[in-house]
Amino acid sequence: MSKDIVLLNKEPFIRMVKRDSITTVKAWFIRMIAVILALIVAALVIVAITKQNPIEVYLGMIDGAVGSKRRLWVTIREILAMLCIAVGLTPAFKMKFWNIGAEGQILMGGTAAAAFMIYFSDKLPSGILLIVIIIVSSIAGLIWGIIPAFFKAYFNTNETLFTLMLNYVAMQIVTFCIVFWENPTGSNTVGIINSATKAGWFPSLFGNVYGLNVVLVLLLTTAIAIYMKYSKHGYEISVVGESEFTAEYAGINVKKVILRTMMVSGAICGFAGSLIVSGASHTISTSTAGGRGFTAIIVAWMAKFNPIAMILVSALLIFMQQGSVQIATQFGLNENASDIITGIIIFFLIGCEFFINYQVELRKKSKEGK
Amino acid sequence: MKKRTLSLIVSLALTATLIAGCGSSATKESSSDTIQTQSSESASGDTQDDASAIKVGIMYIGDENEGYTESHMKGIQEMKTALGLTDEQVIEKTNIPEDESAYDAAVDLADQGCNIIFANSFGQESYMMQAAEEFPEVQFAHATGYQAASSGLSNMHNYFTSIYEARFVTGVVAGLKLNELIENGTITAEQAKIGYVGAFPYAEVVSGYTSFYLGAKSVCPTATMEVQYTNSWADMSGEAEVASQLIANGAKLISQHADTTGAPSACEQAGVPNVGYNVDMTSVAPDSALTSAYNNWAPYYTYAVKSVIDGTKMDVNWCQGFAEGAVGITALNEKVVAAGSAEKVAQVEAAIKDGSLHVFDTTTFTIGGKSLEDLIAEGGDYAKYADYVSDGYFHESELASSPSFDLRIDGITELTE
Repeated sequence: MSKDIVLLNKEPFIRMVKRDSITTVKAWFIRMIAVILALIVAALVIVAITKQNPIEVYLGMIDGAVGSKRRLWVTIREILAMLCIAVGLTPAFKMKFWNIGAEGQILMGGTAAAAFMIYFSDKLPSGILLIVIIIVSSIAGLIWGIIPAFFKAYFNTNETLFTLMLNYVAMQIVTFCIVFWENPTGSNTVGIINSATKAGWFPSLFGNVYGLNVVLVLLLTTAIAIYMKYSKHGYEISVVGESEFTAEYAGINVKKVILRTMMVSGAICGFAGSLIVSGASHTISTSTAGGRGFTAIIVAWMAKFNPIAMILVSALLIFMQQGSVQIATQFGLNENASDIITGIIIFFLIGCEFFINYQVELRKKSKEGK
Repeated sequence: MKKRTLSLIVSLALTATLIAGCGSSATKESSSDTIQTQSSESASGDTQDDASAIKVGIMYIGDENEGYTESHMKGIQEMKTALGLTDEQVIEKTNIPEDESAYDAAVDLADQGCNIIFANSFGQESYMMQAAEEFPEVQFAHATGYQAASSGLSNMHNYFTSIYEARFVTGVVAGLKLNELIENGTITAEQAKIGYVGAFPYAEVVSGYTSFYLGAKSVCPTATMEVQYTNSWADMSGEAEVASQLIANGAKLISQHADTTGAPSACEQAGVPNVGYNVDMTSVAPDSALTSAYNNWAPYYTYAVKSVIDGTKMDVNWCQGFAEGAVGITALNEKVVAAGSAEKVAQVEAAIKDGSLHVFDTTTFTIGGKSLEDLIAEGGDYAKYADYVSDGYFHESELASSPSFDLRIDGITELTE
């Protein structure tokens, strides 16, 4: 009995203590160490599995992602799409509304964009068509966002399941539309829409095909950053996110905030759909969203909803993804090899958040004198 | 305060990297420009293009784990050996989907100085054309496509094999097997039903299953066929499931136009004889696989790359069959095939080679009880086939390299829900 007490009283050799606060510099220092450790571990894995020189593999990835002007722009285009979706998810997640339906909202936005490109290419002048496409695809995403919000607000349904299932509904709608739009018939692909007239395509800006993508996404990111940080709406969102009861006590109309926020969130994801369809692929398929709606959740959370950090995180993930094609070609590695590397890096980055929140304390000798 | 300095530093760093990025990309651009002008110079400088200066790019829909792409990879490998190219001269990109990444991949290969670029999947065609327009001095060749001739681009090409010839021969093997089952009393003549696992309902697949069916019917007149689609080129479990459904529906033999071993695996379990595609299926179905129709892409790749090296003009549409060794059937599985199959196969192959046998002989099939010639004469929807039909047969793959036979003939039922 007394022995037990001794054991219980004994301070463990290592223990984790929650940090009161941590300086930003220190936090970023920990993250840097995590990235370096991740690269070392990934290098060991590469050597063990493939017998390739890891430094050459890394150089191959850099070459693949930013090695030429075109590769750089493809990478930028993909970063922008990812960033746009992550920005769209931010208001919802800040409100602790688990919107895992970005995938469906993107698809609906993309479908709306494709529909207008197909049916209105000869009815509207190009400039107006583009504006209409952006508005309509945002509305399509908005509708796909407001449905689960409505049921959450009024019937307290589980938004995680609801938004997830709407993804599959969206996918079926796309499959259905492809039956009408497929070109040539029976091929199950839509092909490039308006490849001759380029109607409804994002025009080049500053001499660059993806110039408009850059401008629109950066404007949107700034707008949402300001909206979240300085507007009354943004404040309401964070209060609802912390505690619905507090929000109600403070006189915030929680239902209204949920609906409004999911409208914003869905509309941005819908816009991302037009960004992908009109601004990049010029086609629509069930893989148009391509899992980006899920990856963007990681981006938003890892960046702690900070827009600048979101740029960095999406850049890192896209960089790895774009580099993977190159190492598959150059070293005869399967693209899965790069998924492993990405996995290791994400593991370390998420893991390091623990060390940012907690610190390791060793048993202090002086206290244990007796 | 600290936060502010940090954000300042971060934004400074960002601008620095952006500027640096722009700077380096600008130099990269100019260097790639010089490469391009160099390559266009060497292309125009007639016979200067010797084998050591050439660069070949290819993008595949899948990788070595998928039969269709694997056969292309083998073709490229053989071309490399035949023409004595080094590893550095051939850039292979795997798992390129049928969307804008196909365009990205094509122009990236062109940027790397490839003189000729191949793509092997149907849906990549429009992206190839987009790239071909941008790089007029680079040759673009697309397998299974059909738009090269109508694209108005002199550097865009289509290629395919007369795989229908090989399918016809495998159909003969299947028909003989059905005959054997009938003779043994295992099934009656009326029960001789074939199940066909198709990928997508368009001409390439329709032409394929029709030629297979006509081959079977040429030896087993009572044969009928049911076709069901998976709507995917490579869906292992989907193909297995469709094969099982067809078997449950009464199919006594299964064939496929899809890229995985799903169907043969299901057949092996059910003990149903089957005919595969692209690869020898005896590894997964040792006791049920009869043979497989396969494409041999090496003749085309060798021809195309050789044309670029020699500076000669490439065919806009290339399509060859048995005669040039571009198609064939894998070794007959003696354990399963009916007696006398080998002799019959040799006889049919010879007849196809010397032109005495035409796969789409219009006397061998009817549509709604009428012959194709009569239907064309009647006009209406069938009038468009007039250009294809002459001398008593449908001239498949002669006007364009990709299959164009998309008629649904009597005896074949498409199961579509």
